[in-house]
Amino acid sequence: MDMFFQLVINGLAVGCIYGLVALGFVLIYKAGEVVNFAQGELMMLGAFVAFTLIVDFNLNYWLGLALAVLAMAAFGWLLDSVVVRRIIGQPQFSTVMLTIGLGVMMRSGVSIVWGPETRSLSTPFDQMVFQVSGVMISPIYLSILITTVVLCAILALFFRFTRIGLAMQAASQNQLAAYCLGIRVKRVLSSVWALSAGVATIAGVLLAPISLIDVNMGAIGLKAFAAAVIGGFGSITGALLGGVLIGLIELFSAVYLPEGFKNVAAYVVLLAVLVVRPQGLFGTVGRKKV
Amino acid sequence: MSHLLEVRNIETYYGATIAIRGVSFDVTEGQIVAVLGANGAGKTTVLKTVSGLMDPQKGSVTFEGHDIQKLDPDRVVRMGISLVPEGRELFPFLSVRENLQLGAYTRRNHAETISDLEQVFDYFPSLKSRASRPAGMLSGGEQQMVAIGRALMARPKVILLDEPSLGLSPKLVKEIFEIIVRINRDSGTTIVLVEQNANVALQVAHYGYVLEMGRIVMADSAQALLEKDDVREFYLGIKDKGVRGVRRWKKRKTWR
Repeated sequence: MDMFFQLVINGLAVGCIYGLVALGFVLIYKAGEVVNFAQGELMMLGAFVAFTLIVDFNLNYWLGLALAVLAMAAFGWLLDSVVVRRIIGQPQFSTVMLTIGLGVMMRSGVSIVWGPETRSLSTPFDQMVFQVSGVMISPIYLSILITTVVLCAILALFFRFTRIGLAMQAASQNQLAAYCLGIRVKRVLSSVWALSAGVATIAGVLLAPISLIDVNMGAIGLKAFAAAVIGGFGSITGALLGGVLIGLIELFSAVYLPEGFKNVAAYVVLLAVLVVRPQGLFGTVGRKKV
Repeated sequence: MSHLLEVRNIETYYGATIAIRGVSFDVTEGQIVAVLGANGAGKTTVLKTVSGLMDPQKGSVTFEGHDIQKLDPDRVVRMGISLVPEGRELFPFLSVRENLQLGAYTRRNHAETISDLEQVFDYFPSLKSRASRPAGMLSGGEQQMVAIGRALMARPKVILLDEPSLGLSPKLVKEIFEIIVRINRDSGTTIVLVEQNANVALQVAHYGYVLEMGRIVMADSAQALLEKDDVREFYLGIKDKGVRGVRRWKKRKTWR
């Protein structure tokens, strides 16, 4: 029974990471109809930047995290305004190729700058262990859960009550109308990229104590993509729940199913969902108006 | 005499296809100006060009003495020209109130925005009870009201209305046009009205232009246009009886 709870908590935590990366996918897709396949790599890059700031520059953990988020947000902004912007209006496939290419470049760039070794990032709450009625709760997992919940609440408020948040929603729902109302759509799109890169950085730093910082940690972007699709690709709640679902199923299948299932679990779920409910769990069947 | 908005010889293309071939017209401050024309005459393109959604290849658009033909739409809105696009173009998942508030996106004065929101609800009382509903759930007429209200929230000097009667019942068309007249009368807002429904448009307008195949073929006061034979025949559908009470010929437009 203890094992069960342990798995639930760990699964939720890993799922939250998937969910946060999936959230980045969804934000960018909703705003600009671009599927950013470099989302996982943004997370990886963010983790490396945070590592450098915290370990190499010896900054306070929180300060380093904040600076890394800001730096990555700026990077996301530039990525959109300098590179991705130019390909808008081209066939969808070219944006796919572009973002995959960007991902490859980020991976090579990181191994050139930081080298291929894996690194571990120690957090201020590494050493604590909570024990709740026999269940060991590692603070690392707990921190992931809490951060995700808080971050989601902040995002929800941000989208509902701030000027720029509303503008982001407007631009994602009707770009033409947003433009007509004087919303600087290009700027809004770039800020969505910045936001999404910032969220990815937080996800990367949260993931660091579990999986170590590594050039290939961006590979979970693929699982996060599956999570976004399961959630309906376009629904923020859906992305998060899709992530949590995949995280839970993955950990449970690692324990209760034969070896090897852990790595395919995400895609089995994805296939099952697509067969049963092609629009995703939270997707709406929307026709594109021409 | 200089006008609030002057359009000179604009030519706008969709790719290689020319949509308007040298259109010029003037809009006098405080008037309602109607631009009439059939499908594909280029009416919407004219508004898109003025509002900055499209850039003309040639020609100029001058607003209060400034050239605006190369500006992006968000700049044009900030100068005081608001477009109510064809087919409403609301934000379907945002509430009516949020849609209206976004109309005031370019303005920073919060108190003014609130009083303007009340003003819009005063023009369109039926929106008030639906203020927290998603705009996509409203009926066509209500959506048109939100679209007009949203443009008003920017306190524009000129409102460009693209086919406000599109897809509405005659009764609703009448209501909407009464409000257009009220807006024009109360606040002195200049209105450029693009319409297929020539009859209603000319009833409310002060001045009218007839657009055909991307060219302006007629320009006159609305009253005079209503009485012109060609307009009556081709835009209002009023046919004169021949001498024998039956028409046996096909009338040709005099400007061809």
